Amino acid sequence: MAITDFFDEMQGGGGLVRPHYADVSRWLDGMSSERMARKRAEANALFHRFGITFAVYGEDSGTERLIPFDIIPRIITAEEWRTLEAGLRQRVMALNAFIRDIYHERSILKEGRIPEQDVLGNAQYRKEMVGVQVVHDVYAHIAGVDIVRAGEGEFYVLEDNLRVPSGVSYMLEDRRMMMRLFPELFASNRVAPVDHYPNLLLETMRSVAPAGQDNPTVVVMTPGAYNSAYFEHAFLAQQMGVELVEGQDLFVRDETVYMRTTQGPKRVDVIYRRIDDDFLDPLVFRKDSMLGVPGLLQAYRAGKVTLANAVGGGLADDKSIYPYVPEMVRFYLGEEPILNNVPTYRCSDPKQLSHVLANLPELVVKEVHGAGGYGMLVGPTASKEEIEKFRARVKENPDKYIAQPTLSLSACPTFVESGVAPRHIDLRPFVLSGKEVCMVPGGLTRVALREGSLVVNSSQGGGTKDTWVLEA
Amino acid sequence: MLSRTADHLFWMARYMERAENTARMLDVGYRMSLMPQTATEVEQNWVGLLRIMSLEEQYRATCGEVDGDKVIRFMIFDPENPSSIRNCLRAARENAHAVRDTLTAELWETTNATWIKVRGLTPEILDDRGVGEFFEWVKYRSHLSRGVTIGTMLQDDSWRFIRLGTFLERADNTARILDVKYQVLVSEDGGEAADYYRWSALLHSVSAFEVYRKVYRDLISPVRVADLLILNQDMPRSLARCMREVYANLQVVANDRSGETMRRAGELEASLRFGRIDHLLDQGLHSFLDRFMDRIYDLGNRISDDFLIPLRAS
Repeated sequence: MAITDFFDEMQGGGGLVRPHYADVSRWLDGMSSERMARKRAEANALFHRFGITFAVYGEDSGTERLIPFDIIPRIITAEEWRTLEAGLRQRVMALNAFIRDIYHERSILKEGRIPEQDVLGNAQYRKEMVGVQVVHDVYAHIAGVDIVRAGEGEFYVLEDNLRVPSGVSYMLEDRRMMMRLFPELFASNRVAPVDHYPNLLLETMRSVAPAGQDNPTVVVMTPGAYNSAYFEHAFLAQQMGVELVEGQDLFVRDETVYMRTTQGPKRVDVIYRRIDDDFLDPLVFRKDSMLGVPGLLQAYRAGKVTLANAVGGGLADDKSIYPYVPEMVRFYLGEEPILNNVPTYRCSDPKQLSHVLANLPELVVKEVHGAGGYGMLVGPTASKEEIEKFRARVKENPDKYIAQPTLSLSACPTFVESGVAPRHIDLRPFVLSGKEVCMVPGGLTRVALREGSLVVNSSQGGGTKDTWVLEA
Repeated sequence: MLSRTADHLFWMARYMERAENTARMLDVGYRMSLMPQTATEVEQNWVGLLRIMSLEEQYRATCGEVDGDKVIRFMIFDPENPSSIRNCLRAARENAHAVRDTLTAELWETTNATWIKVRGLTPEILDDRGVGEFFEWVKYRSHLSRGVTIGTMLQDDSWRFIRLGTFLERADNTARILDVKYQVLVSEDGGEAADYYRWSALLHSVSAFEVYRKVYRDLISPVRVADLLILNQDMPRSLARCMREVYANLQVVANDRSGETMRRAGELEASLRFGRIDHLLDQGLHSFLDRFMDRIYDLGNRISDDFLIPLRAS
């Protein structure tokens, strides 16, 4: 069964083109599919030449693939963006307050708003962080919040990515590519710019340097050239004009972090790390980690270096914590949440589990700790066998799963084999938190290229689109 | 700059230069093999080339008998041969990939595009298009990446480690080309005409044919060829010129550990700057080149220790 009843970003009721898409719709009508195919081929060749690729796990080492780029932009009106921006700001502030609370007073647990064992028993909870002061009380400096639209003005948050969210380089490169391929579109549409993102990121990083470091040294830390997101790590370091380091380039002496340079050791103040907690410091976390820096956590706890994102923040983006985010907004900010949460059934609860098992064909079931679109069931598009296989897995390990009603994700016209056709999309804006909270208008739009598919992840064959926020 | 970054830049440049010089060396070997001579002489030519690369044993283990076509394919494509042109271009690209944040977009794209192209080639391309065209292509890509480096990179320490890699590698490679060919050339007596073609092939291989004419305005003589490729300061591939560049770049990147490395580089540079070709030939060209290559090897190791290998925390 395919989902036929969905919100079309371009066409409203009766096939009428929505006003903010009028210009793009005319442009589309005037373009032959040959020209479109030629432009797409040109884009692919350029992406290859620039090496804008991602490595695919599970294939030959060194295999690099392009993320398919769709040349038809996704457009958000100024008014919609205002709501989204306010909602994102609110949500990320609440999440940061929550993480701080958990590692200090734990008032939200004491007041019984969230069951204690869901938080303290969580695999992402780091006891090493209890009582540690972080600069400006910020834990999730970079948050990539996944949002989908179900209807007019109706946005839902699917996931808060607070560990090492990626994709921002594609947001920037997609824009560059669009401006290169179709400059005329930017003359006839007032598209809010996004290319100052690296500046905002650098400012954010500098604003969270340890006290007393007036001219802080910021670095980007990567697991290495074979990591799937290496292109992005290199890209961000280059755009910010800072060093891209690996664990082997750093060492700790007297609780201070240094990098090894051709002129001897140089102090490092802020590390934008693109490496998971587990691999950061072999003295504290995984002993077998070759990627980390011995002693890093001690320097961090002593306040001599800032890690972004903070250690232990993954606690708040776990799917088992997700259902409580609206409660966090109310608790910490005293406000009503602006962005909706998708109703979520926790299979660990026997009553909710039996509801889930009875309604599998209508639900989306996800692993609590899963990511990247692996290990999930989309009930309405799954076969009977797939559903039954999943039923067995959920029954065996109910704690590992949550379920949500299948949202009919909005769709945007996309250039596919059969021509231009609607395909489902999501949106990942990137929210930066330092001394201030800020973001560039828009984000990364991911598109499920297969007809009817709701899975937009690039690891599952999803593509990306340039995302426009129109200026009022 | 990060030691690891300097290391990758240094090796990126070395591998690109090595790919070019391997193409040059094979080109001269190929040209010489086309001249009238006995089968043994032809074979000796190729054996000499393999020896100078220290690859004779590995070649015989993989390919058996020494044969021009097979040597060329082994030196271009063989996946097990670390010095094959394909592997050099791959290594150049891998090093560039590891530090692409420090390269200009143009330099990264050039290096990446070179690898993407050579990755798709199979030995059949040589039957189709001829080896000459392939060697020209490799040289062209190397020229391009060097030109892009000079034309786009900020001339800071990154640039200097790239230049260090380029000239250290080139010094080594020019010495090798001279060593392998010079011995064969002075010992064989093929008559004047044959000699002329052989010496001109050697000069062509280092793009020095026209330069020779311009500098000496005279017949080609072995002593002058040696003089040009070893001592001429203005010849961009001569040992003297390469060492001048190595020394100059080392002076700029110097740190508090690199004193002895500087001294050794300076000593070698001075010996070429103030050297005389008849003195070099008196001690035997082969033994001179042999010692020169040892000293280049030593400098490479010292540069690694002083700058590139992450210094231990102490």
